[in-house]
Amino acid sequence: MALVNIKIEGKDYQVDSSLTVLEACRKCGYVIPSLCSWNKGECSLASCRVCLVEVKGARGLVASCAYPVNEGMEISISSQKAMEARRTSVELLLSNHQKNCLQCDKEGHCELLKVAELVGARDGKYIGAVTETTIDELAPGLKRNTAKCILCGRCVEACKKAQGIGILGFENRGFSTIVSPAENRSFANSPCMQCGQCVLVCPTGALTEQNDIPKVDEALKAGKKVVCQVAPAVRAAIAEEFGERIGTNGTKKMIAALRRLGFYRVFDVNFGADLTIMEEANELLERINHKGVLPQITSCSPGWINYMEYYYSDLIPNVSTCKSPHQMQGAITKTYFAEKHGLDPKDIFVVSVMPCTAKKYERTRADQGHDGLDDVDAVLTTREIAKMIKRAGIMWNRLPEDEDWDQDLLGQYSGAGVIFGVTGGVMEAALRTAYFALTGKEHELIKFEQVRGLESVKEAAIDINGTVIKVAVASGMREAKKLLDEIRAGKSEYAFIEIMGCPGGCINGGGQPYVKPLLLPNEDDDIRETYRAKRAAVLYNEDERQQIRQSHNNPDIQKLYADFLGKPLSEKAEELLHTSYVNNRDRFPRKK
Amino acid sequence: MCRIADEKELQELIVKYSDKLARKFAGNDGKKHLVVCGGTGCLSSNSHEILVKLQELIKEKGLEDKAEVNVVGCFGFCSQGPFVKIFPEDRLYRMVKVSDAERIVEEDIIGGKCINDLLYEDPATHEKVERQDDINFYKKQKRIALHGCSMINPEMLEEALGYGAFKGLTRALHMSQQEVVTEVLNSGIRGRGGAGFPTGRKWQFALDQKNDTKYVVCNGDEGDPGAFMDRSILEGNPIGVIEGMMIAGYAIGAQNGYFYVRAEYPIAVKRLRLAIKQLEEAGLLGDNILGTGFSFRCHVRLGAGAFVCGEETALLNSIEGKRGMPRPRPPFPAVKGLWGKPTIINNVETLANIPYILREGASEYAKIGTEKSKGTKVFALGGKVNNVGLVEVPMGTTLRELVFDIGGGIPHNKRFKAIQTGGPSGGCLTEKDLDVEIDFDSLVARGSMMGSGGAIVMDEDNCMVDVAKFYMEFICDESCGKCSPCRIGTKRMLEILKKITDGKGSLQDLQDLKELANATKTNSLCALGQTAANPITSTMNNFENEYIAHVVDKKCPAHVCKNLMEYKILPDKCVGCGLCARNCPVQCISKTDQPTARNPKMFIHKIDASKCVKCGLCMSNCRFGAIIKQ
Repeated sequence: MALVNIKIEGKDYQVDSSLTVLEACRKCGYVIPSLCSWNKGECSLASCRVCLVEVKGARGLVASCAYPVNEGMEISISSQKAMEARRTSVELLLSNHQKNCLQCDKEGHCELLKVAELVGARDGKYIGAVTETTIDELAPGLKRNTAKCILCGRCVEACKKAQGIGILGFENRGFSTIVSPAENRSFANSPCMQCGQCVLVCPTGALTEQNDIPKVDEALKAGKKVVCQVAPAVRAAIAEEFGERIGTNGTKKMIAALRRLGFYRVFDVNFGADLTIMEEANELLERINHKGVLPQITSCSPGWINYMEYYYSDLIPNVSTCKSPHQMQGAITKTYFAEKHGLDPKDIFVVSVMPCTAKKYERTRADQGHDGLDDVDAVLTTREIAKMIKRAGIMWNRLPEDEDWDQDLLGQYSGAGVIFGVTGGVMEAALRTAYFALTGKEHELIKFEQVRGLESVKEAAIDINGTVIKVAVASGMREAKKLLDEIRAGKSEYAFIEIMGCPGGCINGGGQPYVKPLLLPNEDDDIRETYRAKRAAVLYNEDERQQIRQSHNNPDIQKLYADFLGKPLSEKAEELLHTSYVNNRDRFPRKK
Repeated sequence: MCRIADEKELQELIVKYSDKLARKFAGNDGKKHLVVCGGTGCLSSNSHEILVKLQELIKEKGLEDKAEVNVVGCFGFCSQGPFVKIFPEDRLYRMVKVSDAERIVEEDIIGGKCINDLLYEDPATHEKVERQDDINFYKKQKRIALHGCSMINPEMLEEALGYGAFKGLTRALHMSQQEVVTEVLNSGIRGRGGAGFPTGRKWQFALDQKNDTKYVVCNGDEGDPGAFMDRSILEGNPIGVIEGMMIAGYAIGAQNGYFYVRAEYPIAVKRLRLAIKQLEEAGLLGDNILGTGFSFRCHVRLGAGAFVCGEETALLNSIEGKRGMPRPRPPFPAVKGLWGKPTIINNVETLANIPYILREGASEYAKIGTEKSKGTKVFALGGKVNNVGLVEVPMGTTLRELVFDIGGGIPHNKRFKAIQTGGPSGGCLTEKDLDVEIDFDSLVARGSMMGSGGAIVMDEDNCMVDVAKFYMEFICDESCGKCSPCRIGTKRMLEILKKITDGKGSLQDLQDLKELANATKTNSLCALGQTAANPITSTMNNFENEYIAHVVDKKCPAHVCKNLMEYKILPDKCVGCGLCARNCPVQCISKTDQPTARNPKMFIHKIDASKCVKCGLCMSNCRFGAIIKQ
């Protein structure tokens, strides 16, 4: 690491030569507000012009996010010229921004508001026409309001980087420029997978999830039996919404909070995850034993399913027919659970709390229900449930930590279910059960370290009774594409592939709390690089703490099969727990 | 042409074709040679039809042995086109119509007579001028970039070879890469695209990069309103530009060159592609050129007409198939350009100068121009000036020479008010600047810039606030939308300018305008935004009174802004004919009961200002000059 000597506000500092001016200043204790830059390293956009500083000898002002430091550089952040420039950039942005903050779903997380405060910008300095607005509310998962957009381009980059598809791009020119799917279509009418990675990076309320809180309110008000089921990854991040540091396990407080919100039952979707493993591992064995289509690909990420149905619909035979865990659990709640309690399934309202925006869409899919009832009635993101908790006047930091999930038929879960929330987790959970099914004994180590870690593509070879099964794990479509192209070309050597829509898996889902350095004063500078590992650690730690580590050893699962489903892949299981896919390739024809 | 294997063969061909061309110009081949302008301007005035007609007539009359017709590159004097020139007399016919073809063949080719009414007439002396070089418009010009224009057929490699092409490249191929770069450095040439960055230094940066793959890009995305020098150079001297690119490619170690040309320049693109094809066939482009081991290929990419794609990093994005939006710099293209490889981007005109530098030597080139700006510059002279067209003059020519000697002064004896140089990024220069020697630095020092060479002359009838508004409208439309100061700042400035020209402006607006202009300059990402406010700043500096008249007195001194002027009938001049009233589209002119001075039976007319839409029809219809704007 080469060091260079720089001066900031006349003071001497030594910093790593690979840093940008913005990073170097931050390391030295100066905040330079910025909107388009949000990751480590050089900003590839430099479009917001909010991070301008004066650099001695440079022509004009310098965008610190994209400018590397060099030896002897003299930087001034607080010169009147630089401060005025930053303020004007923000005031211009404000003059073309819809400022109905109270109706904005990004309230409390708006970086534009924060930046305006930091540079001392005041609205009303410049007044004039506003760009013609598009509001897209057609897609069940995502909303887009161009009147809130400041055209920083983060979402455009994020979509390309995570999924490699670039649904979002710039349209029109000059003052008419907007960010949108091609031809300014709705997300619903474009091959968008609704993963919500764009929502995670949007600094304003231009991109948000669809707000489903009112639906839940209505069900509670109507006196329905509202069953709340929470995905594993939510616990790894929900505490962040209440000001706790990233990597804090929020399970116990979350359970206590949910119970105080008046839900009929508070369940963990880990039960559903265990159920998924039972079905999926057996489906895999079935394929292996009966020379079925291999590799089998996991189906629990609805973002991935959306992507597959458009871009790789020829691989439908490879994709497991298993519904995702919360859909399975919803189906069981409205049948098995209702039956055992003598409830009319129509009176049950299932709310899933998910780290995901695509789940909102998944819920509405055809072939995701039974007897005319949806498996799941509403999906809330981690952020939405946090809003509900705040709204109810619950003080997070004073919640008790001794409450547990409701132990009522669907209450128990294994460590295998917990790790579903991180990339590689489904694979590991499935391997534990598949190993048992093939050998009749548990894998000695329990852990399958080869599939852990946040690399985008991982592979492993597992020796099961002398048979070597090759598996691979990928997250984010840009990387998954490599594995998919191999299958398409008939060159895939794997038996089982896990694919998660979001890079890192559900812990980094589009419904998770925002990780925005400017709004997180307690986190370190590298938080954008470390937050996924910190959240993943929460789940792996919880797995370690579990007595039961394998899905097939979950007593509630065993009971469910004994009392209701029979065995994995039984007729009843197929009916309730499996689904089908469609070819969407021709759904969005090109304009002629 | 068959493949040229080595330099010896090339030299032989050059000698052969030079000789042929010399005989043609001198009339030693027993033929008359008619050349017809093939520039876009003349072509749109039917010059191609003239050419076809001449060819037909010559064939019809069996004159094939005595006369030959060819197309040539732009004459530059576009307001006088279409042109037909006749060698060996060097006789220039202007404003030729298809119907004149018969006369030219009959009277001139057969009869040997000069057709007087087709000759150019000097507006001052009213004398007819026969030879091109004797016309004032051409007298002070020196053609380097426009080499061969109005002389040779741009679609024939043979003529280009006979007119000096590839002498520069062959000399370069005998030099080391560093020597070529040094030669260009020593010539003092600066980039003609606008900023005037020393070309040699740019090349040096790229040469210093260690990379097996490098690129040369030629920026032909000329977008300034009214500017067309790159178009004419590409139309008239395509081989010269390619040769320049090849020299650049050799110097920095590039194997591929990209021409980025606007799709609106179909003729330039056609001739460029034809030239590339001819050169490939002749082995002058491709692998192992002339057996020297130097390989180079040219590619053509069309721009879709976005002004911002003339900005070099946006241009690179566009070539890569991305949306044309600028990239942050550093890294500079010389380090990380096209597809991440070291790339130099040179303007068409810059590359067109390179063969001259290598052919004649850096010291010859450095003799032309001023101390810090060498060579010539092509200007697209337009606006309120008698001689509209393309002029190439040595750096250091004064604005006065440009406007009054070459341009022939202001039409209708109006007063010169300003000259706008540098297009939408430039500024206005006024009477006090007329004796400034034009070069990169002198223009910047006076608040304008060279830009790509647009020069628009304005007279007393131009409202400078309106001029600023015009350019701001252009920029506002053409901003790529990426960075906030340019996207929103230009819109806000335009809104303020509209407010002012609508008569609703205040002194505070002038203050806001200044602040916004400054912010757009310091905050924008690329040169488009950084210079976007120049037309405002320079008009505010030079014509502050006009701005104040608009906001304080609510008057437009040039009577351009409709809300701030009105038409009025002068009672003492009105004869009561009623022509104005009959032509008024909104019937706002009526007879009063006041008889006219001339005839008591006729009555003075009057305009109802509350109904008037200020179309100006009354004024243009009045034969007595009784209607004025005020």
